[in-house]
Amino acid sequence: MTNIAFVRKKEIPPSAPPITEVGLIGWLRQNLFSSWLNSILTVLSVYFIVIILWDFIPWAYGGHWNTKSLRECLDLDPDVACFSVLTARWKQLLFGLYPAEEYWRPTLTFIFLLLAIVPILFPKFFRFFWFSIIYPGLAVWLLWGGSFWSISIVYIGLTLGALFFLTLIRRYLKNYMIAAILAFLFTAVFFLFISNPVVGLLNVILPITLPFVESLKMGGFTLSLIVGVTGIVASFPIGILLALGRQSNLPVIKMICVGFIEFIRGVPLITLLFVASVLLNYFLPPGTNFDIVLRVVIMVTLFSAAYMAEVIRGGLAGLPLGQHEASASLGLTYWQSQRLIIMPQALKISIPGIVNTFIGLFKDTTLVSIISLRDPVGLASTIRADQKWNGIYWELYVAIGLMFFIFCWGMSQYSQYLERKLKTDK
Amino acid sequence: MSSPTLPPSESFKFSMLLSDTRYRGMSLQVITFIIFMAVFFWLVDNTIKNLALLDKDVSFNFLWLRAGYDINQRLIPYTSDSTHGMAALVGILNTLLVAFVGCIIATVLGLFVGILRLSKNWIVAKLMSAYIEGFRNVPVLLWIVMVFALLTEFTPAPRAFKGAEPEATMLFFESIAITNRGTYFPAPVLVEGAYWLLLCFGLSIVASIYFIRYANKQKKDTGKSLPTFWISVAVIIFPTLILFFAMGQPVSLEYPYLKGFNFKDGIHLRNSFLALTLALAFYTSAFIAEIVRAGIMAVSKGQTEAAASLGLRPNKIMSLIILPQALRIIVPPLISNYLNLTKNSSLAIAVGYMDVRGTLGGITLNQTGRELESMLLLMGFYLAVSLLISSFINYFNRSFQIVVR
Repeated sequence: MTNIAFVRKKEIPPSAPPITEVGLIGWLRQNLFSSWLNSILTVLSVYFIVIILWDFIPWAYGGHWNTKSLRECLDLDPDVACFSVLTARWKQLLFGLYPAEEYWRPTLTFIFLLLAIVPILFPKFFRFFWFSIIYPGLAVWLLWGGSFWSISIVYIGLTLGALFFLTLIRRYLKNYMIAAILAFLFTAVFFLFISNPVVGLLNVILPITLPFVESLKMGGFTLSLIVGVTGIVASFPIGILLALGRQSNLPVIKMICVGFIEFIRGVPLITLLFVASVLLNYFLPPGTNFDIVLRVVIMVTLFSAAYMAEVIRGGLAGLPLGQHEASASLGLTYWQSQRLIIMPQALKISIPGIVNTFIGLFKDTTLVSIISLRDPVGLASTIRADQKWNGIYWELYVAIGLMFFIFCWGMSQYSQYLERKLKTDK
Repeated sequence: MSSPTLPPSESFKFSMLLSDTRYRGMSLQVITFIIFMAVFFWLVDNTIKNLALLDKDVSFNFLWLRAGYDINQRLIPYTSDSTHGMAALVGILNTLLVAFVGCIIATVLGLFVGILRLSKNWIVAKLMSAYIEGFRNVPVLLWIVMVFALLTEFTPAPRAFKGAEPEATMLFFESIAITNRGTYFPAPVLVEGAYWLLLCFGLSIVASIYFIRYANKQKKDTGKSLPTFWISVAVIIFPTLILFFAMGQPVSLEYPYLKGFNFKDGIHLRNSFLALTLALAFYTSAFIAEIVRAGIMAVSKGQTEAAASLGLRPNKIMSLIILPQALRIIVPPLISNYLNLTKNSSLAIAVGYMDVRGTLGGITLNQTGRELESMLLLMGFYLAVSLLISSFINYFNRSFQIVVR
């Protein structure tokens, strides 16, 4: 008797999936043509993209770069881009009216900026953080010029104040607040009475000066970056303080913070910039007149600090109450628990909002063109008012838009990277 | 046995004001308050001194003086003989008009883009994220001037419509003319009896609202759902349509036509208005799209799966399970984006649209030299709008918050 029962001894190798499910065809079927609606959408999108590129690529690719005026471009070929305006005016778009022989200064400042943000962005390089600290002073000196010592004295004064504070705390006093007040007085005395003679002396002994450049000469992307970066750096700590003040249980402080935040968030930035350019002279002692760029920076900073405060408040509200209670029960003081427990978590939650505020601030720097400062958008109208380039639009706007896009998009990409990196829960 | 002991009572020392937690908060507040008031009075004092130096006083009488300038777009009667106050009001209405139209377009576009970005269709999703990133990462001011340039430079002049073989033609059966001076639409003209039509239309809307309530109640009670959407559309459209023909078409359209070198009649939307509204709407729609996407994604996947396991079809899952939960997350940031759009409309100056900043904070300010008063009123207006909207958000949050515990 032969056994007719058949038992397979070897496993059949799995057959290849149908050709319609894998590879290019499978991908197409799954992602582009999964249903008739999707197929229609796909065809429409492809049609749309083709139409745009069909017009854009020949326009951009065949563009003229070396003509003297728009007229010449149009004579050569009216259907392609006239990028010559960028060739002719790129210096202005980057530096505004900055003196041409000093272009190395904003350039160097920008390179240093890139170097200075590396330690902040990537913890691997944190040992270079000292450079980020001296960068602001360096940038101010490079951009505006003047005596090297009058900038360094600020650093010297602040360092001395900090050392004074630390010595007081370590040796003589226990109370932080009294020590802080004394250190503040010490620093004030230093700046009021000691710094000027010292600077004068240093200027005589070892004069290091750069030619002075006034604020109205700043323009183009240099100006956008000055306003944007200063605003970003300054608005962050102010925003944190405002958010804490708004959460505080001290009614006076809370009221001041709420009033400030709601006022700033309630009015458009333009009106604040107008206050800076028109009204500020009313509010200051008669005869004071301080730098317009500084005024704008202050307004932009306050503006985004209010938004930042709301973002951080959202992060604080997102933390479970237990965190506050746990840190209090460990015996941490208010500032310790904020610094060690609350803020690290709250800031982590609010990263997307914080970066969005930064991006918004950087984009809002274009509004300074409305109070006739020469940022890229303002310069675009100046350039178009020039007889030679009258009637040019897209080449300029696309170039300016692209510059802003690169910065803003870079920031949002970094925020996504940071979120992934800080993600501790799965 | 140990008995609780009181700590030795310390006598009050002056330094305790700063070191003792019982008094520290209070003394901190007092110090802050004094500094705050000092700064405030310093500013007021400076202002008074400066005004005295300039021989100015603070008065709002200029609002009743003759304005003497024209405003090319207005929703209420206004001539150059009207007062500055009227000019401000025209500006306010213009601002609100841009904000209103802009918000509607932005919401529709934003919903559309946000949902399509979640599409499984690869190319559509990529296209939509390109749209979002493009609009979000370029300053809105640049978009406004770009759209304005597009509308003024790449559209034909009215005279191009002239002649037997014109270079440009009107769209949609000779009814809409897009020119570099603006876009002309046919205007509805109401003749006698049209008010009955409006009344009928209003009544149909009320009727459809009642029908929807009835249908919802029916669904709650019996579980049967009626085709609410189609029936209410029919209730709104058909009675009015029937009446329209029954009464011999009491509403006609007034078509724009070319006269001389310009179009006459019809509704004229200026390029400044169109550019501002469209640019703001596109820009804001990118943000709204992200909000919509985040809202939908925030509804946990378990909800979809649970609904599917109950046997609901995908479109029912969307409308009955996901959207109601997503809306709770979407609405507050959506409204704050409306607020942003309203505030951004103050960029109207870039295209010469006369909003409240252009009239009150622009020409009126320059003509009368009343910087302080004009800016105060201007800020007051924006503040009022924003406080109104944020109180609405708070109301919404209170009434729609999920109550936990």
